[in-house]
Amino acid sequence: MSAQTLYDKLWNSHLVRQDADGTALIYIDRQLVHEVTSPQAFEGLRLAHRQPWRIASMLAVPDHNVPTINRAAGIIDPVSRIQVETLDANCDEFGITEFKMGDIRQGVVHVMGPEQGATLPGMTVVCGDSHTSTHGAFAALAHGIGTSEVEHVMATQCLVAKKSSAMEVRIDGVPGTGVCAKDIALAVIGLIGTAGGTGFAIEFTGSAVRALSMEGRMTLCNMTIEAGARAGMIAADETTFAYLKGRPFAPQGKQWDQAVSQWRDLHSDEGAVFDVTVLLDAASVRPQVTWGTSPEMVVPVDGCVPDPASLSPDKQEGAVRALAYMGLTANTLITDIAIDKVFIGSCTNGRIEDMRAAAAVARGKKVAANVMLALVVPGSGLVKLQAEQEGLDKIFIEAGFEWRDPGCSMCLAMNDDKLAAGERCASTSNRNFEGRQGQGGRTHLVSPQMAAAAAIAGHFVDVSKL
Amino acid sequence: MNKFTRLNGLVLPLDRANVDTDAIIPKQFLKSIKRSGFGPNAFDEWRYLDHGEPGMDNSKRTINPDFVLNLPRYQGAQILLARENFGCGSSREHAPWALEDYGFRVIIAPSFADIFYNNCFKNGLLPIRLAADTVDALFKAEAANDSFKLDIDLQAQTITLPDGVVYPFEVDAFRKHCLLNGLDDIGLTLQYVDEIAKFEAGHHAAHPWL
Ligand code: SF4
Repeated sequence: MSAQTLYDKLWNSHLVRQDADGTALIYIDRQLVHEVTSPQAFEGLRLAHRQPWRIASMLAVPDHNVPTINRAAGIIDPVSRIQVETLDANCDEFGITEFKMGDIRQGVVHVMGPEQGATLPGMTVVCGDSHTSTHGAFAALAHGIGTSEVEHVMATQCLVAKKSSAMEVRIDGVPGTGVCAKDIALAVIGLIGTAGGTGFAIEFTGSAVRALSMEGRMTLCNMTIEAGARAGMIAADETTFAYLKGRPFAPQGKQWDQAVSQWRDLHSDEGAVFDVTVLLDAASVRPQVTWGTSPEMVVPVDGCVPDPASLSPDKQEGAVRALAYMGLTANTLITDIAIDKVFIGSCTNGRIEDMRAAAAVARGKKVAANVMLALVVPGSGLVKLQAEQEGLDKIFIEAGFEWRDPGCSMCLAMNDDKLAAGERCASTSNRNFEGRQGQGGRTHLVSPQMAAAAAIAGHFVDVSKL
Repeated sequence: MNKFTRLNGLVLPLDRANVDTDAIIPKQFLKSIKRSGFGPNAFDEWRYLDHGEPGMDNSKRTINPDFVLNLPRYQGAQILLARENFGCGSSREHAPWALEDYGFRVIIAPSFADIFYNNCFKNGLLPIRLAADTVDALFKAEAANDSFKLDIDLQAQTITLPDGVVYPFEVDAFRKHCLLNGLDDIGLTLQYVDEIAKFEAGHHAAHPWL
């Protein structure tokens, strides 16, 4: 057989049938479910008198609407509460495993899944959420789907799909101090643009990718969607296996050995052909900060807010609009931009390593007086527990950060954690769209260490110089 | 699902690139557990000057008179003319639900985000990709004509301008078939129950830990 890409292998091993025009049915191994994009799917099943095909493939968790503070009081906002209660009721009715709000395992769906070992190499993983691309870090074919597709997968265990083109993003070299997976992800988006990956499944390869921890790989794959690609993936290796071993949903004993021997094949073969290859030298990546309202509007921290006139003609109008929204003037030094709030968390940067990286910067320091709120929201209850066992919560609290309960929180501000109009936030989340963190709010995407450093200084600073 | 065959409709130009799903339907409206009723909040943050929340009486809110959707000449528009990377961002199907509920049936743009593009077909909306310069020409033609309508024929895969100029467009044969007949994907897939079950048995035998 000719050399195959990782994507080819994952696709072929799940192909149930394919029509002459390429429309295929792909078998789905794992469906993750959260409260926002599932109620209409459950309703559809009921209306059509259909049953879920394979209950065991589903795992549910409420994350978008849950409060991150004072949980004992329940969810105050009645609309949010109904949505979470609807998920609980649906899971109870159909017998689907759900980690409810009070469960220590509850968290952002894309943090919870891998943490439980519910995402395994060689799987197809879907969720009604675009950041499902995160799970590709485990050599899985993982992507976000819409609610109609959620219902479709529930009812048939399959997804109607067409194969994408394959893009390789090869990142070699050793990143400098203060540069982490988030900076690499933003640099890739800056390089190819937010539509650069549209129509592609991206595989990240190269020595810098292999050197990343699983947390870093998840951060990188998480933001593939911000580059326009529904799926991002990374070959399985010892790092992958070491992370998964012993997790609740991972195979045990003899099955573990059998699984690992199969998983060792989950990489692109020597000589496999990609439709497009993009190269990035990790050594050239500096800590990144977005200045605009699209993740591709990004510059190194030692740079300036660009002058729209200096950009290519098709980008100028968008840049002018973004600067107006962001309340920024061209040529301002990034390090001169003062911030009002800080958010550390989300499915991009809410894992234990992210907590550690931010805490290392915050240790023994104080949040600047001009920063009204600095939130640290662990990605899951287990991340929170682990961080507390390591004493990270104390470091944050002593520095003046708020230490919260797990959820999506200010990543999209569906609960009470949000920006007011005009407020400027250093955020470790993944989207800086207009209004994403609250109407009129201004988001700058950065890494956890950059966010912590900005909280301490009150403005952006270059963490590589700390 | 609503069928789509042919439409002669008024065109609304939305002249911005990278219109994301947060802009199409802001997150506070995602708390609904229904599929319908999102139309009055489509483009909420651009369309109203005050902040919208679910359950508000939208007729009492302050309209942004400058936003294109609110201009009298575009009332009743069924075709949305947009720029590249339309529908980027989250996978929320609430975005096509909101556009469809508002009254749009067709969206024309040089490019769409993948998930959004997919979601449109599941909801009786027809997304049409055209070359960037063709889209540009449509924006110009629309600007020059106060009641600019297009005739969209899905069967023939053509867009006809008021002056008779015809642009062909591409659409996937399967999706076209479903849209023309208003077919539900799930029903179609369930025709293959035996194939799925057979695949599943082999798949689980080979990967017993799944
Ligand atoms: S943390 Fe943010 S991006 Fe991730 S699932 Fe939640 S809302 Fe979506």
